[in-house]
Amino acid sequence: MTPARARLNEILVTLPSAGWLAVLFVVPALIVVAISFKPTDPLGGAGAGWTLDTLKSLGNPNYPAILWRTLWLSITTTALCILLATPVGYCLARLEKKWRQMVLLLVVVPFWTSFLIRIFAWKMLLHPEGIIKQALAGLGIVSPETPLLYNQWAVLLVMVYTFLPFAILPVYAAAEKFDFRLIEAARDLGARRFQDFCRVFLPGIRRGLFTALLIVFIPALGSYVIPDIVGGPGAEMLGNKIAQRVFVDRNLPHACALSLLLILAVLLPLTAVLALQGAREKARPIIEEGA
Amino acid sequence: MKRSLVPYCVTAAILVFFYLPILVLVVNSFNTSRFGGSWEGFSLVWYSRLLNHREIWHALTNSLVIAVSSSIVSVLLGTTAALALHRYATRLQKAHYMLIYTPLIMPEILMGISMLLFFIAAGMQLGLFTIFLAHVTFCISFVAMVVLGRLQDFDFSIIEAAQDLGANWWQATWKVLVPLLMPGLVAGGLLAFTLSIDDFVITFFVAGPGSTTLPIRIYSMIKHGSPPLINALSTILLAVTFAAVYISQHLLEDKT
Repeated sequence: MTPARARLNEILVTLPSAGWLAVLFVVPALIVVAISFKPTDPLGGAGAGWTLDTLKSLGNPNYPAILWRTLWLSITTTALCILLATPVGYCLARLEKKWRQMVLLLVVVPFWTSFLIRIFAWKMLLHPEGIIKQALAGLGIVSPETPLLYNQWAVLLVMVYTFLPFAILPVYAAAEKFDFRLIEAARDLGARRFQDFCRVFLPGIRRGLFTALLIVFIPALGSYVIPDIVGGPGAEMLGNKIAQRVFVDRNLPHACALSLLLILAVLLPLTAVLALQGAREKARPIIEEGA
Repeated sequence: MKRSLVPYCVTAAILVFFYLPILVLVVNSFNTSRFGGSWEGFSLVWYSRLLNHREIWHALTNSLVIAVSSSIVSVLLGTTAALALHRYATRLQKAHYMLIYTPLIMPEILMGISMLLFFIAAGMQLGLFTIFLAHVTFCISFVAMVVLGRLQDFDFSIIEAAQDLGANWWQATWKVLVPLLMPGLVAGGLLAFTLSIDDFVITFFVAGPGSTTLPIRIYSMIKHGSPPLINALSTILLAVTFAAVYISQHLLEDKT
């Protein structure tokens, strides 16, 4: 095959997917960026000319509070998911094969069930007449007037519930490859039970922990349905504001400016983690050689 | 060596945490009580109401049409993408990989709003067709990743052997490559189908009047409808999911 012919073949195989994504993914993203530099016309669409006012209006008092809430809910969700996923990953990797497959299946099945239904299940549980509320009030743990639903804690709970399987899988994948004889070696060398876990196991599954971090944190930042269903007006996140600007008080340039903020919130931790991971991967052979 | 029991206890507690809400929901779908705070007797009344709920069946039909069509198209596009990425190591493919990878990490709401604005700018009528376009767009990357994974341990010398034995390009593709890649194509297609049929956020943005899918119908029922009806619907969907997982598990076991 001539080089020109090979090149043509390559382009022919690349074109369908690249063309589709260029038109329906890249162009739409550019439109969002462009519209956030547009003024709003009376119908809520993009007006003529260019302006920085839309972006400047992000500084008004409402938004920093929502951005802050979005960040703390996402960070706390990610931290809790990783905290819970680590012992599960450890346990899965140490279970006998037969049990392991069963527990793994049990962890994965919620993945396959409808996302909305799982959120709805929690709405029903936390409902004033739902069983959790009734049980807690019956035991005298909460007063009958305390609302469990429509606040930030409900959002946090359901976010952890929804994202936990996503954290367990990469942690397990890393733990499965981990050589548990290292723990025995650490014990022989005098490490105590918790020490070997923290200083041998955790560094050993580092890659899985990084993946879990990204796989939970990024979608958590973009959460929209969970705060919409179990959070009240006081628990809104960035995603809710974007949807509100699109569907309720129609203002597309504002929605785009908020989207830009969300993209930024996603890109910053993403590049940070990737850079950190890259730096560590590069540094590793040197450390291993030195050791 | 003594092992700590803590991880095992945490795992057990998490499984309870995962399944308790689902279990309560299933039990309540048979409960006469409207909010399910107390048990007021067994009944199938919510199921019979569900059967007569025309809008739900209409939404389910829409969802199935979109899921089937978008998974077929995204398998075609995702597979060609994976082949290109696997076969060539050029600068073009580096850019191509970025293009395939970015949708995977883009929050759904951003894809939703950007495609909505694109369809508005292009003057397109929002409806089933725009939902189909949007679903293909987010499924391509997932299919490409699944097929790419399969290609990692695929031996391309088989294709060359077929060509040496006189197969033309078309025959080598359809009689050798596609059958060997079939498990990957099926896995990618099933993933696309699941993602499409369960998608709410992106669909919500690009759906127009009269193009309600099942997740959109469920969402509006959660917001305004009667809870026991959703319990019954959820139980049916859960049963379908569990049956599908069970069957696929058995098929896998038979093969290995």
